Amino acid sequence: MTEFLQQLLNGLSLGAIYALIALGYTMVYGVLRFINFAHSDVFMVGAYIGYYAGQHLPVGTLGGGLLVLLAAMAGCSLLGMAIERLAYRRLRGAPTLNVLITAIGVSLFLESAGQAVFGAAPRTFPMVFPVRNLRFAGLAVSSNQLVVIAVAILLMIALQLIVFRTRIGTAMRAVSLNPRAAQLVGVNLNVVISFTFGLGSALAGAGGVLYALNYPSIDPLMGVMPGMKAFVAAVLGGVGNIPGAALGGLILGTVETFVNGSQWSTYKDAIAFAILIGILLFRPAGLLGRAVPEKV
Amino acid sequence: MPKPLLALALALLVALAVSHFGDRIDPYFLDVLIGVGINITLAVSLNLVNGYTGQFSLGHAGFMSVGAYASAAITVLLGPRLLGDSGGTTVQQGWLFFAALLAGGAGAALAGLIVGIPSLRLKGDYLALVTLGFGEIIRVVFQNVDALGGALGLNGIPNYTTVFWVYATVAVTVFTVVCLVRSTYGRGFLATRDDEIAAESVGLNTTRYKIAAFVIAAFFAGIAGGLYGHFKLTITPTGFDFTKSIEIVVMVILGGMGNTPGVILAAILLTVLPEFLRPVEQYRMIVYSLLLIGLMLLRPQGLFNLNFGALVGRSRRRAALPPASAQPPAA
Repeated sequence: MTEFLQQLLNGLSLGAIYALIALGYTMVYGVLRFINFAHSDVFMVGAYIGYYAGQHLPVGTLGGGLLVLLAAMAGCSLLGMAIERLAYRRLRGAPTLNVLITAIGVSLFLESAGQAVFGAAPRTFPMVFPVRNLRFAGLAVSSNQLVVIAVAILLMIALQLIVFRTRIGTAMRAVSLNPRAAQLVGVNLNVVISFTFGLGSALAGAGGVLYALNYPSIDPLMGVMPGMKAFVAAVLGGVGNIPGAALGGLILGTVETFVNGSQWSTYKDAIAFAILIGILLFRPAGLLGRAVPEKV
Repeated sequence: MPKPLLALALALLVALAVSHFGDRIDPYFLDVLIGVGINITLAVSLNLVNGYTGQFSLGHAGFMSVGAYASAAITVLLGPRLLGDSGGTTVQQGWLFFAALLAGGAGAALAGLIVGIPSLRLKGDYLALVTLGFGEIIRVVFQNVDALGGALGLNGIPNYTTVFWVYATVAVTVFTVVCLVRSTYGRGFLATRDDEIAAESVGLNTTRYKIAAFVIAAFFAGIAGGLYGHFKLTITPTGFDFTKSIEIVVMVILGGMGNTPGVILAAILLTVLPEFLRPVEQYRMIVYSLLLIGLMLLRPQGLFNLNFGALVGRSRRRAALPPASAQPPAA
């Protein structure tokens, strides 16, 4: 039982990170209807910003750690908006395939540029938050895990408030529902899309720092696997659905942790894809999504 | 003899001739030549799915790995038993290799069928991701099969791949793909790409076309994988990962989706270019990625999508329809 709870805790802290990344996929899909492949590399850049910020900021305290987190979020937010401005905006209205290929191109560019700039060798992420290992009812809990879960929950609440309680959030939902009608009532499409990319990328940046806290070896390709799994999480919860992405992330993180702890651990990278294929075949709209019939 | 068949026979003869004088050709040049041929096979076969049928697959390297492992398993594990201690004569080895390649292709085609039936119900982004997912699952499975070397890979594969085998495969692949899309049956691939709903409404079974394209492409990818394995003599599961799939996709896009001559040119270019870029190896992927983005922004129909017929003075009677990217976006 303790073993089970321990794995559940580990799974939830991993799942919280997946959820943060998945939110970015879901929001971009919501407004633009395409999969932003480069999102997983924005996550990687977030970890590197955290790495460099951690060397220049007074870290090791809760405040310092939060400062690093904010730096990564701000940096990634700018990166996300730049990507949208330079690559995706010109392709608005182009066939899906062209946008998809561009997204793959941007992703490859960030990875290879990352290898050229940061070096391909892994680096050790600094301990930006004070580390304390707690024991609680037989469970080993690291303070980093608690930070991850707390930050993830706070960010998700903030996101929910932005999307449902602010003007720009209302505009985002309007664009997601019907871009043309939204424009007709005076929504500035460019601003909304830019904002969506900024918001989603900020969450990915936070995810990058949090991931690096628990898995402190970072390299330019670190985003690929978590990114794909987060995407699976987004599909699992229903692409375009914000609570769904959070739920999907938690489920996926937990499942993966349990598989990793079992005799099937070598298959842990395959399980996410198996889930993806299963969900697309049996419930393509996702757990919380609504099926939309295709118009002819 | 019909013209395409004549061309095929001619290509086979040339391949045989080059292979015959292989000893007198610079080995480095031969290596590059073989690499080019394998990549042409991969790109032309993927073009059937991504270009002509309009289904975006990101799992081609997965099928290649199935072919590579299946054929290598036959020559490495069964070969010694069939040929005896002496290793057999050249002719016996040739037949064994031929059988191994066919088995590799068949294995990959079977994998294509298993992957294709469920995933081809999906479209666009989702299809791309599911094929990518299947490619990764295939890789993870090979990493866990100890009989095939697990994560360390399979070593000691006999060196059977020659210029003849490679270019015979290239000739057969190009012949099959070109004749297929020009045939009455093959028009269905183009129809599926151009407008799936319209194709369905005139009674075409688009699902069957998609699966057919997938299986045929996987078959040739499997053979290319077999050639690759018997050329490199060592195969590892990580050699067939996502990056390899992307490399093939870039060839197809650069050449112009649904444009076989362009794709062949792109495959040649992208295999030879890295040889010259060796000093700046680490920047190769940066160039690749910028190429992808730039092409999509500036020239989505591909770099080499020229009107070849018009170039050589013939009329504009072309088999290839305008690529899907030239269509106005769906409302």
